[in-house]
Amino acid sequence: MYNVKNIFIFFITVFLISPVFGAGTSHPDAYQLNMRKGVTDISMQVYDLHMTIMIICAVIGVIVFGIMLYSLIFHRKSLGVKPADFHESVKVEIAWTVVPFVILMVMAVPAARTLIAMEDTSEADVSIIVTGSQWKWHYNYMDNDVEYYSLLATQPEEISNKFEKGSNYLLEVDRPLVIPTGKKVRFLITSDDVIHSWWVPDFAVKKDANPGFINEAWTKVNEPGVYRGQCAELCGKDHGFMPVVVIAKEPAEYANWIQEQEEISRSARIEEQRLLDMNMDMEELMSVGERVYQTACAACHMPNGEGLPGVFPALKGSDIALNNKPKHIDLVVNGVPGTAMPSFAKQLSMKEIAAVVTYERNAWGNDTGETVQAKDVNAIMNGI
Amino acid sequence: MSTVVEDIHHDDHHHHAPTGLKRWLNTTNHKDIGTLYLWFAFIMFLVGGAMAMVIRAELFQPGLQIVDPNFFNQMTTVHGLIMVFGAVMPAFTGLANWMVPLMIGAPDMALPRMNNWSFWILPFAFTILLSSLFLEGGGPNFGWTFYAPLSTTYSNDSTALFVFSVHIMGISSIMGAINVIVTIINMRAPGMTLMKMPLFVWTWLITAFLLIAVMPVLAGAVTMVLTDKFFGTSFFDAAGGGDPVMFQHIFWFFGHPEVYIMILPAFGIISQIVPTFSRKRLFGYASMVYATASIALLSFVVWAHHMFTTGMPLFGELFFMIATMLISVPTGVKVFNWVATMWRGAITFEIPMLFALAFIVLFTIGGLSGLMLAITPADFQYHDTYFVVAHFHYVLVTGAVFSIIAACYYWLPKWTGKMYNITLAKWHFWCSLISVNVLFFPMHFVGLAGMPRRIPDYALQFADFNQWISIGGFAFGLSQFIFLALLIKACKKEGEEVSAQVWDGAEGLEWEVPSPAPYHTFETPPVVK
Amino acid sequence: MSKQPQTTQPKNNGKLIIRLVGVVVGMFAFGFALVPLYDVFCDITGINGKTRDFAAVYENIEVDKERLVTVEFITRINKGMPWKFDVEKRRMKVHPGEMHQINFFAHNPATRDIIGQAIPSVSPGTAALYLNKTECFCFEQQPLEAGQKVTMPMSFYVDPQLPDDITYFTLQYTLYDVTSTAEVALNRG
Repeated sequence: MYNVKNIFIFFITVFLISPVFGAGTSHPDAYQLNMRKGVTDISMQVYDLHMTIMIICAVIGVIVFGIMLYSLIFHRKSLGVKPADFHESVKVEIAWTVVPFVILMVMAVPAARTLIAMEDTSEADVSIIVTGSQWKWHYNYMDNDVEYYSLLATQPEEISNKFEKGSNYLLEVDRPLVIPTGKKVRFLITSDDVIHSWWVPDFAVKKDANPGFINEAWTKVNEPGVYRGQCAELCGKDHGFMPVVVIAKEPAEYANWIQEQEEISRSARIEEQRLLDMNMDMEELMSVGERVYQTACAACHMPNGEGLPGVFPALKGSDIALNNKPKHIDLVVNGVPGTAMPSFAKQLSMKEIAAVVTYERNAWGNDTGETVQAKDVNAIMNGI
Repeated sequence: MSTVVEDIHHDDHHHHAPTGLKRWLNTTNHKDIGTLYLWFAFIMFLVGGAMAMVIRAELFQPGLQIVDPNFFNQMTTVHGLIMVFGAVMPAFTGLANWMVPLMIGAPDMALPRMNNWSFWILPFAFTILLSSLFLEGGGPNFGWTFYAPLSTTYSNDSTALFVFSVHIMGISSIMGAINVIVTIINMRAPGMTLMKMPLFVWTWLITAFLLIAVMPVLAGAVTMVLTDKFFGTSFFDAAGGGDPVMFQHIFWFFGHPEVYIMILPAFGIISQIVPTFSRKRLFGYASMVYATASIALLSFVVWAHHMFTTGMPLFGELFFMIATMLISVPTGVKVFNWVATMWRGAITFEIPMLFALAFIVLFTIGGLSGLMLAITPADFQYHDTYFVVAHFHYVLVTGAVFSIIAACYYWLPKWTGKMYNITLAKWHFWCSLISVNVLFFPMHFVGLAGMPRRIPDYALQFADFNQWISIGGFAFGLSQFIFLALLIKACKKEGEEVSAQVWDGAEGLEWEVPSPAPYHTFETPPVVK
Repeated sequence: MSKQPQTTQPKNNGKLIIRLVGVVVGMFAFGFALVPLYDVFCDITGINGKTRDFAAVYENIEVDKERLVTVEFITRINKGMPWKFDVEKRRMKVHPGEMHQINFFAHNPATRDIIGQAIPSVSPGTAALYLNKTECFCFEQQPLEAGQKVTMPMSFYVDPQLPDDITYFTLQYTLYDVTSTAEVALNRG
């Protein structure tokens, strides 16, 4: 039945088959066993704590299992041993209560120290408001005129296995967060809808984003580089698809980047003002609108506009898309509180909102023939 | 599995016991109800396991191949709910029903009719829960921990069905717990003082108190979710002055004692099995009782270790870190006591002992990873990753589930009067042991490498380990069908007859009644010296 | 099962039943009492960064001229809320004990009347206890007609008892649309 020979054959077979899986397709970090050290002083402390407790646990395990193994081998009935009859010992019980207790208290000291270090409330050099929403992050630099959304950049075709997956599959975004190295960066974390959690393993920063409440975390990055993390609290269907990417640049480079971004914001605002006086034609609206729809709306409302019954409403043939233009614009601009429909006022420009609403009112046989212009969107957004 | 032979074993009663469906629907007999619970739990284990197979099939490779993310979330949610409330808890309750009266020399449970209801509302509750999966929009998809506002504002209407089914499960558990306490306190045979009770009875007594203390809290949490969603309250809604983090406090105040509810009876089972097969009395009986009670008490003051990343003040984080670390002390004591029981015993390796030994090693691994999680700053890197998934599956699968399997292998001959097929049992053990470790051990690694929980798709560096994990998962799932085959053969009464004692070295009142145990036992209480 | 002879059991059970019913009633009473108790608890501990929702009184407070604390303001609109919400200054350096006022601006650009509720949150949470607001728009719901703009002042002082290691804190207001639940009274006396 089961004997040493059969067990041996079993394992050999397993090992022989194993190269079939993942042959030649392994990621360079494929078999990573341990936590990373990270790039901040705090992350190194956390790594040290992790190693310490892990080694303590491993040692305890080896000792206990070693004793057990000894017993299983040498205290077997088949060896003809007679069982002893001791069944209690107050001394021994006290010993193995006190010794673990002491080990734990010793362990608690460096842990508490790191916790206290993490609570550092000294003034920060850069403060960024991080807002989680379904299913993206928003970054707002408090002391500069820079704010933007950060969405997953991996193409849907990679996810649905039509294209080959890139090396940063699911860990890439269109606009990463950029912070300076060597400076204390403070994150003020909150959420627009459900609980999310902002996590960058290389910084050992993980903080929940609670709707209506603000949480604080900070980091000071020692090395420039790109650092990738993920949302760490179940937040709905695309919880696995809202990564965090942070680029840490040297302070001078960071300052340049900020200037560039502020310039981009300024020009975008001027452009938008200009657009308010212009009218786009149906062709342009439909083409821009379709592009926006596929990127920003199709995930829930589906490329064919039919939505998901019971979860995401259909736009094809919908009463609002056919008969209520102001309401339609309002829904896209402001979202619907208490549902998964977000407000797109900050995420899309007025031109893009005008285009996508036009598209929705004319695609899939909706055919209202209506157009929506940037100034119509402005009217809803700003009451003008 | 049935122990009733309708004619011969009916003692003083001059009526015939009902047969067929009526027997099972109306039974107030603790053995029958135990059997019902155990079969129900096993069926639920297979159903929940099927959901795990869907999860592991999707996670076999990066990319979305089999299910969409919303359905994946439903699978993870309902897998958790079924395993916790439909498999582990009813299985332990079934074992309590079967064995507690036998172990204390009582003729039945104290409240036999309530006992029947405690069981029969369960299939009803799970029908409600499982049917919600087939509704338009699907079933609950917010994790078994159903945090607000994902479960309130952002969920669909099937949440109501989820809430009602949890209410019913809670009522079942509370009634069962009341029954256990009253039985143990009131119906012990003369001479059986509390400190002479078998450990399995002690652990169930303490577990029953935990159940009564915390199931109402779950009922409260789930009701608040219902009212926030449907009746305009704002317990967990900041706009109305509420707080989503408060949900987590309330839930985990239930949740943490809940996981001890799921492990204390396991400790009791191991404490029965190890002495039998070591031919030696349990080491440190009194200390085992005190350790169990300390664990139960401490379990009330550690809940926020599930919430370290929510933005707790420093003193809160320190307190919960220390309290959580402390709870490992009495747990360690229990492990040491089991090893000391084996030490210088005369050990044999029957099937129940194999599972019990696997429990001791693997549960300890799970407990040690739990100790790592207790270290708050390190937890910031572990929280909501597969490291946590590895931890709780070690303590729940190789812990609680292995102990339930061990208990079945230990007591099955008493229930059926026959020894089951040892060959099948050995295959079941070795296949389960190997596959369960292939399944859960690599989860430690991907968790440390940064893979979050509850995601249907992952970055490429996690792919290789995930493939191994999925293979382990499929193998573990298949292995349970060996157990199913064994159980069916056992129910058909195949195998050699066994004596009342069954196992050389077994001690306790349950081994003094014939095998199979008669329908009514201890109608006259035995005297315990 | 053999029958027990009827003894004086009923009387004992009667007393027991009264006691048990009393326990049940007591538990319900405790449940109801928890409503004000929770408020008191949250006020005292300032748990989760919630500030008091009633006006503080400014009386005989000594200004600590030795110390400067930075107070930072963040304004946010909940999604689905069309208002514009801004603050006049991002940060203020204040002496603990000194009265200050800061203006917030709200504008309802929509074509319908909307009632808003501002929900505060403070980080670090322990600082919430020491932020004393003598006048705040967050104490009440704010109705704005279609197109209306309004300036909402907030007057506050930082309690000099603020722990020494806190040199700045952030106050965030999130504005929610509560028009549909306006009947629910969030005002307190």
